[in-house]
This record gives sequence, structure tokens and C-alpha cells, in this order.
Amino acid sequence: MNRFDYVRPHTISDAIKALATPASRVLAGGTNLVDLMKYDVDRPDCVVDINRLPLREISEMADGGLRIGALVSNSDLAWHATVQARYPLLASAILAGASPQLRNAATTGGNLLQRTRCYYFYDPSTACNKRDPGTGCSAIGGVNRIHAILGASADCIAVHPSDMCVALAAIGAVVEVEGPNGKRSIPFHDFHRLPGSEPQRDNTMREGELITGVVLPPADFGAHYTYLKIRDRLSYAFALVSVAVGLTLKADTIEDARVALGGVAHKPWRDDAAEAILKGQKPATPLFRQFADQVLAEAKGQGENDFKIELARRAIVRALHQAAAGTPQDQSNKSVQ
Amino acid sequence: MEPSAAAGIPASFVINGSRHDLTIPPWITLLDLLRERLQLTGTKKGCDHGQCGACTILVDGVRINSCLVLAVSRDGAEVTTIEGLGAGGSLHPLQAAFVEHDALQCGYCTPGQICSAAGLLSEGHARTRAEIRENMSGNLCRCGAYTNIADAIEDVMGQGAVAREAAE
Repeated sequence: MNRFDYVRPHTISDAIKALATPASRVLAGGTNLVDLMKYDVDRPDCVVDINRLPLREISEMADGGLRIGALVSNSDLAWHATVQARYPLLASAILAGASPQLRNAATTGGNLLQRTRCYYFYDPSTACNKRDPGTGCSAIGGVNRIHAILGASADCIAVHPSDMCVALAAIGAVVEVEGPNGKRSIPFHDFHRLPGSEPQRDNTMREGELITGVVLPPADFGAHYTYLKIRDRLSYAFALVSVAVGLTLKADTIEDARVALGGVAHKPWRDDAAEAILKGQKPATPLFRQFADQVLAEAKGQGENDFKIELARRAIVRALHQAAAGTPQDQSNKSVQ
Repeated sequence: MEPSAAAGIPASFVINGSRHDLTIPPWITLLDLLRERLQLTGTKKGCDHGQCGACTILVDGVRINSCLVLAVSRDGAEVTTIEGLGAGGSLHPLQAAFVEHDALQCGYCTPGQICSAAGLLSEGHARTRAEIRENMSGNLCRCGAYTNIADAIEDVMGQGAVAREAAE
């Protein structure tokens, strides 16, 4: 680990001032940043420890939504009574990720800002446009079993590793940030970005900005939700493909459908046009297959990850059946029904 | 804002009941502080990247991977390691159950397994065998003692249930 300065601000404005230092990094739970520093992937000049900021509250919004402070731990969020009752899709996705120890330390803001687990990004001896812009992408034509099938570019085929963010994309959360020019609210769909020619930019935050919270809109899918995660081992592994579904059903008809995919792209993947196919229809396998085909129409494998296209197609259909039947995937008993 | 001090930053901890007032460079992890500076070598360094769970300890009663925490960021915390789990020279019920159920072979992962299990019990979210297994998934055992580890935890969980029933 490189040597760095360390500051521990007690107010958001002091934190934003500290973040003006070039090559400064925010430290919250540390579960990703400390790891990246140990691998010399990240070498900050200054670490800004925000753990003393007042950002640990979960509070009800006047409109029936929920505001989650950026420092709320993944565990506290997943087991919060209101989240369990009204946002079980979010709770389920969080509990599908990492391990209890990591979820106890990792924070809401940090989950959004975690970096890809692409093998090459983590290995400073290799070329990587995300780590060192302009050096090339070693994953293209390399070992790419875990990489993107949607939205990749000629410069980067990395995927966003989060489970929680896939649920937040389906729910339609809003990210609240604060920086030298004030506060902004960023719709979840616009928060993470596709790699394009600037894969070093994971999201649309500006220099010196800090995530202060995540706001959930009122949502109640009842039991018509699921988070289905497919991975190489049953626990404590990143998704090859995951699917978050929330359905609003009325008289056996799909009134509203939210479907987000994880493990397939540089950001949680949603397709509004495809979701429109589901609306006003009765749940049925041919409809779900038609939806999956449209979502994956532009999917492109990289060789080793070609299997992910068919895996995603089947996972989407299965997840839609689980949500329609009101039988969400259990995150302890992993058998897929 | 507190001044930056690359030479060392003051930090205090209560570790296994004893207070320690220290000056720590900010790049020292809690794991290295325990092992290298305080000679509390019961907590093990396995992968040093949060993937194996050997370094699991309880910080303010909550289980975490000590390898991924900069010590200064937990200034003021109460820390419990495997050395502090038993009371007055007697084994913690989990330690006794690991012995009883032969829940280890080489023993390297055991302090992390036991601290993790202590965290699992106080969290109270695992009730079934499947939930115990899922909630212990952050602790790897390369000897493959998983079945006996789950038996030991289930045993202690059952003792708790019996004790609660007796109290009612």
C-alpha cells in the first residue's frame, strides 16, 4: 500500500473541501478501496475518512418513499424493518451479495462506487483502459468468461459487480450527491454509465462530489418480485447473470414491470422498450421469452462468455415466472424453483 | 478537521477489555495492528483481501474482516478477538462446541470461524441449517470441516434455545 495523507472530516462541507485535493479518495467501509490499494490499483495521495459524517439514517419520505444515508451498512439496510416489509427486492439482492462480514462493513454509497472485478483491472502488470486510460483492454481476446454481453465498447468489456444496484435500478432509485457546486439528484439509470471511450469513468459523478444518500420511490410489488442470481458457486461469488424483477399485477394482468440485469454490462441493465411488451399482458412463457429475446437482441459474446447470452435468456424467463407467481428466490435455500 | 499525520495518528481502542492508546500510521490495517503491534496473533491472515474470513473479529459487537479496515478509521471502537472470547480462562460455548464436534483439522481458519459464528448468533438472522451455512459463507475452510462447523454452531444455537425456554 502506498503512503498517503489521512483526514477525518466531521461535516459534509469539510469533506467536500478535503476532496478538492487531487488524487483524494473517500473512505467509508473500505471493503473495496483498501483492497484496491493493497493491489496498487489505487494509489491515493489523500484518504478522506467520512465515517464521522451524519449519514447513517434511514428515514421515511413524505411521499411514502425512503431515504437511505450513504453510510448505512449493507446489513443494516437489508435487515431494516421497513426495507424488509416494503422493499424486499432490495433486501434480497443485498443478501445475495458478498458475505455477512463484508455486508457489515460495506456502505450504501460504497456499493454504488465499487469498481469492477475484471481480472485485468486488478492486475497493474497488464494493460487496462479503466485503470490506465489509453493502454488497451486485455480482456478483449483474453480471459473473459465473466465479462459483458451488453453495452460493451472496443475499449472496455468490464461489468459492474453490484447486486444491490441491480435492485435499485429496478426500483428506480435516485442518488443524491453533494459537491463544490451544491447538491444534485441523479436518477439511477443515469448514475452508472457505459464504458464508451472513457471506461475510467464508472459513473456520472463530477470531480469532488460525494454521495450523501439514495432515495427510494414508493414501491410495493407485494410478493411479485424476485432477485435471481446465477453464479459459479452458490454463495459468496459475483453474479455471472442476475435478474431483479418487480411486477405490479392487477386481475392477473401485468400493469407495470421493472426488470434489471446484473453481471452483463458496465451498469445495471434496463430496457424500457422491452418492458413495454409486458404491460397489459397476462404472465405466460411465450411472452417472457419474447421479452428476453428483445432485451438480448443486441447481446454480443466475447468468446469465453458466449454462454452468458443463453444463461441470461433463461434466467430472465425464470425470474419473471418467480415474480408472477409471487414465489421470490430464497437466498438461503438456493434451489431455483 | 483533524490534522493529517503520516507519521502516526492517535487512536484508542478497547481490545478484549483492555484500553490501548496508540499512534498509528493510517495505512496499517486493524489485522496488522492486532498481529504485529499488539502480538494478538490468534487472528489469522489468510488471503488479506476479504475473501477467506480467517481475519474475522468483532468490532463493536459486529463481525468484520479486519484485513480490509484501516485501523485509524475505527478509532474509539471496542474490539473482541478470539483471545477475548472466553471469560476467566474458560472456553466460550462456541469454542467448546468446536472441540466437541471436531470442527477443524489444521485449525488456521478456526479463530475466524468462531468469531464469525459469534457474530452470527448475536445477529439472530440464521435459524435453519441452510441459513447457518449461508451466513457462514464468508469463512472458508480448506480442510473441508464445514459439516462439523455447522454442527457445532447448530449445537450452541440449540443450547441458547433450551436456555431461553428454561427461563420462560
